[in-house]
Amino acid sequence: MKAKVIITTDQVKHLAKLAALPLSDDRLKKLVGQIETTFEYVQTLEKTDTTTLDETNQVTGLTNVMREDIIDDSRTFTQEQALQNAKHSHNGYFVVPAIFVAEDN
Amino acid sequence: MLLDKSILELLTGYKNKSIDPVDVINEAYGQIDKYSSKLNTLITVRDKQEVLDFLKTLDSSLPLYGLPYILKDSYATTELRTTCASKILDNYLSPYDATVHKKLKEAGAILIGKGNQDAWGHGASTENSDYGMGKNPWDPTRVVGGSSGGPAAAVATRMCAFAIGEDTGGSIRNPAAWNNISGLRVTYGRVSRYGCVAYASSMDTVGPFGKTAADLAIILKVIAGPDVYDGTSAPHEVPDYNLELTKTPNKLKIGIAPEMFGAGLDQEISNNAQDFASKLAELGHQLIDISLPVAEISDAAYYILAPSETSSNLGRYDGIRYGNTRDLFTQESMRRIMVGTYELSSGYYDAFYRKALKIRTLLIKTFQKAFEQCDVILLPENPIMPPKLGDLISDPLANMLADLYNTPVSLIGSPSLVIPSGFHKNGLPIGVQLVGKKFSESLLLGLGHQYQQVTEWHTRSPQL
Repeated sequence: MKAKVIITTDQVKHLAKLAALPLSDDRLKKLVGQIETTFEYVQTLEKTDTTTLDETNQVTGLTNVMREDIIDDSRTFTQEQALQNAKHSHNGYFVVPAIFVAEDN
Repeated sequence: MLLDKSILELLTGYKNKSIDPVDVINEAYGQIDKYSSKLNTLITVRDKQEVLDFLKTLDSSLPLYGLPYILKDSYATTELRTTCASKILDNYLSPYDATVHKKLKEAGAILIGKGNQDAWGHGASTENSDYGMGKNPWDPTRVVGGSSGGPAAAVATRMCAFAIGEDTGGSIRNPAAWNNISGLRVTYGRVSRYGCVAYASSMDTVGPFGKTAADLAIILKVIAGPDVYDGTSAPHEVPDYNLELTKTPNKLKIGIAPEMFGAGLDQEISNNAQDFASKLAELGHQLIDISLPVAEISDAAYYILAPSETSSNLGRYDGIRYGNTRDLFTQESMRRIMVGTYELSSGYYDAFYRKALKIRTLLIKTFQKAFEQCDVILLPENPIMPPKLGDLISDPLANMLADLYNTPVSLIGSPSLVIPSGFHKNGLPIGVQLVGKKFSESLLLGLGHQYQQVTEWHTRSPQL
């Protein structure tokens, strides 16, 4: 970790793109400073030596939790239920934005 | 008011016909009509006639028969929309019920509304809501606390008999203290998270708000237990928390760590916690000095892990299967998502995310050592009194520091009971935290109950 985290406008733009967040210019400006403040705060951890410590990913103490391999009808949606909150559907399908668009279109 | 009565008093009254549940429901709606839109307490209110009709269908021998309750709007319900206080889910009607809601419904309790919160649980004030900033019923110019601010205020203003919040980094505990009510963060896994909108899955917990520790015990018994729909729910047996209340010994060892009473803590809150400790000593408990030099590293580790987990969890909101588009996230949520995205990206993963996972191990070990010396740890709840509306929203550092005493408990998965412990000279309520080993809810509730038998702070409600 570097001693001081410097967050640039370009970095925030890049992060927004990765996280699929459309940013207004006004918000972009505010977020650069806020994200820098956040990193300055969390960077205080640098002072704590953790070389000999294992990672803790979860605190349940449970491993390999399985359910029975049977169909649970009470949790099955009808097609209507599955689509009830979709803004756009067609013939019983979800409509999604196009990813590939033919060049001659 | 009927809703000043404890859950046990109400249930007993229903049984011997001295109280009519219809009157209690009418009273709750009366309070909602008077105060909810003024204080931005509830996001959605259920039709009263529908509730009264549902009451008629209920078997009066059910354990929570006829009790009106409020859910934080992070719980999926088939009766009312679930917004999580974000316009992204403005019209989302869930095709299924969260397990906690299903259990309460089956026990005879009746959902009457969904409480305001910080959108997606992102905040400690309920200012980051798309449905209006939650106002504190004790002083409406101040924040109500959060992120479960609405359900907490609903209990304080008697809009319900109890409520359900959700606590990741303090979201039940903080508003419980700032509203003068009791709130329980449960052991991670004690209550199923199925149907709760995920914030940071490794720390999210489902827990009750009530007027007393005894009320919490009654609710916890109903909602706790394993759930096939939540692989992280605990298989541990569910005790009869209400029966166990009076079995808690009055010779417990109460650990107090001087490091948790240092810089940044309001002096009156600090004194209040000391007074609370003295009261426990009067009851026969033994106060023990312990060492917990972890507040700062916990908060920093939390503010790495929680944004990382939320950046992943909120990736699902793409506006295709349900909900609206991602431009509707608040600035606070965008900040957390982008911070998490950065911390999980290659090149930074080791320095931030992996580092925080190791800090988590350090915290678990530190607390284990502390619990070798004591049964319960007494911590302050909030380091400060509720700020003026708008103050925290543009100050991410202050927002993070509000969780200073909450995040250590979240990271280790322990339960923590918050109960009212007095008032600040500015007239606002103060609460303390009682933290125990995993699955020690009985002990914490019993200790809280002992304190509430000999004090009256918890009986006060805001003069609106």
